[in-house]
Amino acid sequence: MKNDDANVLRMQGAPTARDAALLEETWRDPPGLAGWFSAVNHKSIGKRFIVSAFGFFVFAGLLAAAIRMQLARPDNHLIGPDLYNQIFTTHGTMMMFIFAVPVMQAMAVYLVPLMIGARSTAFPRMTAYSYWVYLCGGLMIVAVFILRIGPDAGWFNYVPLSGPDYGSGKRNDFWAQLITFTEIPGLLISIDIITTVVKLRSPGMTLARIPLFVWAMLVTAFMIIFAMPAVMLASTMLIMDRLVATHFFNPAEGGDALLWQHLFWFFGHPEVYFIFIPGLGFMSAIIATFSRRPIFGYPAMVMALVATAFLSFGLWVHHMFATDVPQLGKAFFTAMSMMIAIPTATQIFCWIATMATGKLNFRAPFLFVLGFFFILLIGGLTGLILGSVPLDLQVHDTYFVVAHLHYVLIGGAVFPLFGAWYYWFPKITGRMMSETLGKWNFWLFFIGFNVAFWPMHHLGLHGMPRRVYTYPAEMGWGTLNLISTIGAVTIALSVLLFIVNVVRSLRGGAPAGDNPWGASSLEWATTSPPPSCNFVAPHVVGTREPLWEPSRDPGAPRYVTGLALNVRECLTTSAVDARPDHRYTFPTPTIWPFVSAIATTIMFIASIFNPWAVVWGSVLIAIPLVAWFWPTKEETRKHLALEKRP
Amino acid sequence: MSQADRLESGAITADGGLDVSGLPSYAFGTRSLFWWATMGVIAIEGTVFVMMLVTYFYLRSIAEMWPLGVQPPELLWGTLNTVIMVLSVIPNHWAKHAAKRHDLATTRLAMVLALAFAVAFLVVRIFEFMALNCRWDTNAYGSAVWTLMGLHTTHLITDFLDSLVLAVLLFTGPLESKRFVDVFENAMYWDFVVIAWLPIYAVVYWAPRF
Repeated sequence: MKNDDANVLRMQGAPTARDAALLEETWRDPPGLAGWFSAVNHKSIGKRFIVSAFGFFVFAGLLAAAIRMQLARPDNHLIGPDLYNQIFTTHGTMMMFIFAVPVMQAMAVYLVPLMIGARSTAFPRMTAYSYWVYLCGGLMIVAVFILRIGPDAGWFNYVPLSGPDYGSGKRNDFWAQLITFTEIPGLLISIDIITTVVKLRSPGMTLARIPLFVWAMLVTAFMIIFAMPAVMLASTMLIMDRLVATHFFNPAEGGDALLWQHLFWFFGHPEVYFIFIPGLGFMSAIIATFSRRPIFGYPAMVMALVATAFLSFGLWVHHMFATDVPQLGKAFFTAMSMMIAIPTATQIFCWIATMATGKLNFRAPFLFVLGFFFILLIGGLTGLILGSVPLDLQVHDTYFVVAHLHYVLIGGAVFPLFGAWYYWFPKITGRMMSETLGKWNFWLFFIGFNVAFWPMHHLGLHGMPRRVYTYPAEMGWGTLNLISTIGAVTIALSVLLFIVNVVRSLRGGAPAGDNPWGASSLEWATTSPPPSCNFVAPHVVGTREPLWEPSRDPGAPRYVTGLALNVRECLTTSAVDARPDHRYTFPTPTIWPFVSAIATTIMFIASIFNPWAVVWGSVLIAIPLVAWFWPTKEETRKHLALEKRP
Repeated sequence: MSQADRLESGAITADGGLDVSGLPSYAFGTRSLFWWATMGVIAIEGTVFVMMLVTYFYLRSIAEMWPLGVQPPELLWGTLNTVIMVLSVIPNHWAKHAAKRHDLATTRLAMVLALAFAVAFLVVRIFEFMALNCRWDTNAYGSAVWTLMGLHTTHLITDFLDSLVLAVLLFTGPLESKRFVDVFENAMYWDFVVIAWLPIYAVVYWAPRF
């Protein structure tokens, strides 16, 4: 520790306890209620983000339970058709837009900086702003549902049903604005993650040494950047058709209803993969740890992720096989849909090779990973059926599709996600979760899931269309529907056990220690929970599995020193080789991202009722944004003390 | 890290610490964090423009005539504005290069000049809207034209405001050298807004004439 000019303290040589205390003081969130709203630490925001996403998952899950109650027997009148429409629309919309995509980004906000040895996400204030906008959007859709003015045209909100002629009231305007609400955080966090991964890795962590989960999130972030603009534009066109009488989807004035489907699915199909690819990342992290060996075929795994990302942009028309797109086009999209099996199979075979040559440890996180294999395999096989035009035409818009999409999304994303929660809970909280409850959680979920969704394949083949609020007894669908409902109740029970496990473990779980699973990546090299600055002395990395395999070069440096202690300073590294590049000073906590998010929310909701709100709302947003950017004298003084010209 | 890496990155302490206190505190180009953020924003907004252009031609492909029952936009204002925007690149690049040299006086002057161009193209944009010969609610053609123009105008306004805030900060302070990187990256974004205009100009003004 040394006194520079202007009271800047620097770490000198090996870290001391006093260095750690000073860093904690520098990097922690400010105290008090205003401090809570000003927090920018990626771990605080990440935790809130994960908990919020889980809350929305539970809410949307209860809506699913309501659907299953209504369908449990024929001619049921528990829920009327209008409310039923709102329930399934809100369930699908929330699960896709407010849970599945954001929760993956939330996990990345918490984990990526730790896994690459950084002290923060690249743009911590933007991370906070994204979270608050996300939360407001999610709460809006819950509120309009409770007020019984929720969207009711299905989660992909097809025109003309959702357009000005058939979509009544403001319901589908809320849907369109919800998309804007979720796109902003989705896109901003993608930029945040890309920059974090490219510029903030530990020195020595070359591109070929990044953990596979980080690769997965990097690929996902790029996909979001190129896919989300399509739905953002589409929902803007829809709301303009509804509010200011444009004619994008109005065939009478030169518009076209299929334009909506093209734009929506150009986003919607990649969306499936940016829910699925983070799941693959969880898989790779968990399989390596519980097989006690590095993942087999790292380069093949990375290339498979990138290939999946590219191919996923060439699949969207397979959602439109029942429309009048040209036959040749359909054939092309069938071929592309089949091709995606190649990178997926590559990864599955690499995991099997890893497990076959590893020493397996059947703990709760690993069980969820094994569940993935079984469920995703079935979902993938029904995907082959739906990817071919003649078969798709038979089962289009039936429960077969509902079964398929739940097998893919729950098997491909939710099972790995629960595994990830069991796996990283000790790191986030410092306490282990109960293994016994974890196993109950897994088995109830696994059995309940198959009981709930397997019968839907048969229902679909027997002609039960999706989205009907009831059916007559003569159709003979009663028994299978009742079985499905029993499965749904079992899933609900398993999620309840998970909540009980979390609450109990938070209070009395066994202390976890730094690395309870004996894992290899950097997040396990710091304490559980990590200190506010993540690493008192950032690591220098020499191998792909830094905690298993020390650097092969005995003279190489092991840690980074010389960074400021009382200013939020970090080392940036070069994009490919991760060589030390420059020292970067991070912004301090501030209330302005929260205020900007509230201003954004006011503008979005007001514009549903009056288009001019876009104009005055923009002014309202611009003010806190300028305040957010404007540097203070105190900050500038500290920065000047640290300044060195390149 | 190999031997070469260690030599390059400088001081290694006796017990294996990599002392980074001698490294610079900011950098230009791909080394800067905000360069990546700016590129990310450009990628997103570029995709939005491309999607909107695709929509325009999709609607045109199903139309029996184009434009749908109205005259194409008048060429005068749009062409004039294209010239202004292309010329605005000159003061903008002047600011960029002065910033890289850490020349505060020239950066200030170039930013003020660039802002004058921005005021000019925002004013001319009003006349462009008045000469489109259609309204957004006339038909799908009008909706597409107005949305293309609206999207681009939003970018003109945000780019103007970004530059204005930055220019004011350059005059009032508090200043640190990192602001020169901001000027550099602001210029990159300005280039994007101008380059994005060229295909939009071609489509809005010339596509209906062919």
